Amino acid sequence: MSEADVLIEIEGLTKRFGAFTAVDDVSFSVSRGEVVGFLGPNGAGKSTTMRMLAGFMIPTAGHARLLGHDVQTDGVAARRVLGFLPEGAPTYGEMSVTGFLRFCARIRGYSGGELADRVTYAIGLTRLESVRLQPVETLSKGFKRRVGLAQALLHDPPVLVLDEPTDGLDPNQKHEVRALINQMRPDKAIIISTHMLEEVDAVCTRAILISAGRIVVDATPAELSQMHPSGKLEDVFRHLTVEETV
Amino acid sequence: MRNIWTIARRELAAYFATPVATVFIVIFLVLQGTLTFNLGNFFDRGQADLNPFFNFLPWVFLLLVPAITMRLWAEERRLGTIELLLTLPITQGQAVLGKFLAAWVFCAIALVLTFPFVIAVNILGSPDNGVIASGYLGCLLVAGAFLSVGAAMSAVTRNQVIAFVLAVAICFVFAVASNPIVNDFLTHTVPALGEFTRRIAIIDRFMNFTRGIIALRDIIYFATFIGFFLFLNTVLVDQRKAD
Repeated sequence: MSEADVLIEIEGLTKRFGAFTAVDDVSFSVSRGEVVGFLGPNGAGKSTTMRMLAGFMIPTAGHARLLGHDVQTDGVAARRVLGFLPEGAPTYGEMSVTGFLRFCARIRGYSGGELADRVTYAIGLTRLESVRLQPVETLSKGFKRRVGLAQALLHDPPVLVLDEPTDGLDPNQKHEVRALINQMRPDKAIIISTHMLEEVDAVCTRAILISAGRIVVDATPAELSQMHPSGKLEDVFRHLTVEETV
Repeated sequence: MRNIWTIARRELAAYFATPVATVFIVIFLVLQGTLTFNLGNFFDRGQADLNPFFNFLPWVFLLLVPAITMRLWAEERRLGTIELLLTLPITQGQAVLGKFLAAWVFCAIALVLTFPFVIAVNILGSPDNGVIASGYLGCLLVAGAFLSVGAAMSAVTRNQVIAFVLAVAICFVFAVASNPIVNDFLTHTVPALGEFTRRIAIIDRFMNFTRGIIALRDIIYFATFIGFFLFLNTVLVDQRKAD
């Protein structure tokens, strides 16, 4: 794999809140074509790491780079190549789906016909056609999540960071989102956080298990499942994280 | 510039998407009307000017402007949309300016809707419309000053009520700083402070505008005031966005 294909680089990323260390010296990199599943119990530091990666939270130490742009010192350039779905998929409730996506597209520098094309593309990708004119706050949880996803995919970014993209979706919608991620994989570097282990098998090419702020395992899903005699991811997860936190 | 305007447009649309805009404008007009006509003796004075209107305006703004700004950042933080907004490819300065601009345009709309006062004095007599225009410019600058305080206070907390109370308190300090009661007291007890508060007071500067005096130093004062609080706003957003 060539150097140019490493799209996400994280070096020694650390975040402390007072005496509490939420993320402790996390380093890894993600190349084009990889889907990294970010696993860990609640409070392990998944969202904090992703927020630092998106330039939202300022790290106590360490660096994160997207396509070579440091998220702190060259933030606007880094965020331009990033599609980010924050935890809980927050959106402006009073706006219509189209209105919200048009706002995001305009901020991303599109205008005129191209802007309309990008919005149509994002709505088509996430199957939002039926609710396009509804205010976001009137939508169900699954639709809201897809609006958040549409916003992250709108500009076809090379880097995708999705915090629990399938949380709150029904099994059919989960399947669609996973199919979407698989379809986009070849030209992107993708990080998704999840605590649904079947997701790792379904979409990830690599799994990073984080517990108490530290990386415990960085391996392929197949390697991961062999870490426990039973061969089940669930047992591996319990084995590694319970031991770590006790 | 484009990003600032995009944010401002979204923010302005948000005011009108909720009852905030209607409630604010109606209360503002009713309050200004009542104060001007009843307490201000608009008709009995027999003078064709808008002084009663302008005299009350800063105090009405003092109470109402923080109500416009209290949601600006507090709401974004409470709903988590701040994480979305600040991970778009914009700078924090652009977000701060966009939001401020939206609130300012909103105040300008409310001020424009006071046009019946201008028509009334023009029908009843022949006022100096230049002085009236200068007074309105002063109103806009006072609104901008209070808005910048309110926006900064909104970034301090995710609780809108706290943001409102803090903003009213700070605006009040700047509003009464030139009041003789406050000033005499300060001049007698702490002379240095008396001089200082006179210089930072808002109302005296505003009164110059209502007399038709547009002085460069007053413009610089308002520009500095707004600039300072917008800078403070940016720092506060940066500090507290992820709390």
